[in-house]
Amino acid sequence: MTMMKQLLGAAAALALTAGIASAEPAIIFDLGGKFDKSFNEAAFNGAEKWAKETGGTYKQLEMQNEAQREQALRRLAEAGANPVVMTGFAFGDVLNTVAPDFPNTKFAIIDMVVDQPNVKSVVFNEHEGSYLVGMMAALASKTGTVGFIGGMDIPLIRKFGCGYAQGVVAANPNAKVILNMTGTTPAAWNDPVKGAELAKGQKSQGADVIYAAAGGTGVGVLQAAADEGILSIGVDSNQNYMHPGKVLTSMVKRVDNSVYAAFKEGTEMTTGINVMGLANDGVAYAMDENNAALVTPEMQAAVDAAAEKIKSGELVVHDYMSDNTCPAASF
Amino acid sequence: MMDYATLLQVLDTTLRLATPLLLACLAGLYSERAGIFDIGLEGKMLAAAMAAGAAAALTGSAWAGLLAGIGASLVFAALHGVASITFRGNQLISGVALNFLSSGITVLVAQALFRQGGRTPPLTGNARFNPITLPGAEALRDIPVIGPLYYEVISGHSILVYMAFSIVPLTWWVLFRTRFGLRLRAVGENPAAVDTAGVSVVALRFAAVGITGILCGLAGAYMATALQAGFGREMTAGRGYIALAALIFAKWRPVAAMWACLLFGFFQALALRPDVVQAVVQVKVPVPFLDALPYILTVLVLAGFVGKAIPPRAGGEPYVKER
Repeated sequence: MTMMKQLLGAAAALALTAGIASAEPAIIFDLGGKFDKSFNEAAFNGAEKWAKETGGTYKQLEMQNEAQREQALRRLAEAGANPVVMTGFAFGDVLNTVAPDFPNTKFAIIDMVVDQPNVKSVVFNEHEGSYLVGMMAALASKTGTVGFIGGMDIPLIRKFGCGYAQGVVAANPNAKVILNMTGTTPAAWNDPVKGAELAKGQKSQGADVIYAAAGGTGVGVLQAAADEGILSIGVDSNQNYMHPGKVLTSMVKRVDNSVYAAFKEGTEMTTGINVMGLANDGVAYAMDENNAALVTPEMQAAVDAAAEKIKSGELVVHDYMSDNTCPAASF
Repeated sequence: MMDYATLLQVLDTTLRLATPLLLACLAGLYSERAGIFDIGLEGKMLAAAMAAGAAAALTGSAWAGLLAGIGASLVFAALHGVASITFRGNQLISGVALNFLSSGITVLVAQALFRQGGRTPPLTGNARFNPITLPGAEALRDIPVIGPLYYEVISGHSILVYMAFSIVPLTWWVLFRTRFGLRLRAVGENPAAVDTAGVSVVALRFAAVGITGILCGLAGAYMATALQAGFGREMTAGRGYIALAALIFAKWRPVAAMWACLLFGFFQALALRPDVVQAVVQVKVPVPFLDALPYILTVLVLAGFVGKAIPPRAGGEPYVKER
């Protein structure tokens, strides 16, 4: 009888923990910060959309420094959050070691592939979206020189730059692309002063359209471009509104949809690799009332035609990360 | 080789980037000459940047922002003064603590005020210190060599840049040609002698720390309302520490401090133009190496390779009247 009681107790305790485990999803934002007006903010918007629609609550954590990564991940998993979504490639290594310790928790990572049975890896075809805005930049440029400012110098950002350069050259074979990276540490995601100075430097070299793929640093790039009277291109979120009439377009990465989908599937989330490209609306260029006057119908027609070709597979944009080389630019 | 137009552009960037370093460096100069080490330049600049960005956004006036920035920086300076002069605490620890406090509280206050994730709203128009064109810049523009130099490099900065550079001779004059300056330097070398002469060590040191606060306030306000259009988290990005390095590099002398800050600003400007560096030296130089140059130089100075850097003798020592 006592034995039975103990067994029942254990079962009840198990049921209880299981109940907690199915409670809340969680999201961890990377160092750029939740309100970087770009990548992390898109993820936040996705989570908010889910919360508004379902009335559910979710846990969230903003990274403050590099050392917190593993601790943050373990804490949320131990607290029973499921699924745990994280934004940014930098979580890759940490997740690879943490995921096996929590086999009953589902994880989703954006911008990185982690090969574990309980992990969903969402990657975007940024090179396709960047190709389109690159075409647009070349078509809008009067000087024939356009710029690219990346955040931290990593293969993912080179993928943006490479796609962009291919698009520029496709629209204007004589165009020149100036490529700069902000830095080599995660601090490069949040250095608007340096971003602004890089933009001014590119302008002095003749660039009149600058594409910023640099998280919070991009705020400075867009500001400097607006100050100097040249055009800029935003990234990840639609940043056209930040300087109306001065941001040519934004390369939108639907991080919000991915986070929303992960939260919605909840503990039943399908794992594996999930590639989001032009074909399934994972990336796009942004059009709204703020940039309507900057984009001529001819420009839009040319870009849309290229988009159709990419979707159908007729046109293949080279992915820098596939072989770490770029046909249109040297890093 | 680098052509003249490119050189001018790099020098223009140099002036912009050297200004916050110079203001912070002069701030540290006053404090350290009076015997108070100040690791907290960074924190004071950050607090000033936040206050300036917030006040400019709320009032629409860059000058109101500047006053608020100086005010915030003075509060931090006063805390440092109370901890290290009145209570004779460890000056380094007080400075580090203030840096941490500033790093957190700036984001907290900005978030509470504006709810934009610890940023202040983007500033436009009169809420920023806009570039001013110096008299005659347009007219002299076509004179070869000097014209473009005057137009591109000297003219076209915000008023704070010109203020910063005019503070350099002022500082030299105050330190080396006034009674106050003599006493200030004496209190950093031998406070007991100053005390014996009947001058208050505490008052002098507080005055020095106060001047440090004002100058750091200028530096922070410049960051938020001239260089950028608003405050962002950790926007000073270690400039307070580079300023300290420049101070050591300049051996605690005002004019040398200006050259040191210009040199470090030049390195920062070069780091933004790896293409230029490559064209000049014919080898691809990694950008992180250029970023590290100020620190490498400072280490060389500290190691005694480029002259000897001797800090004020009573630096870091709280003054105790009787032993």
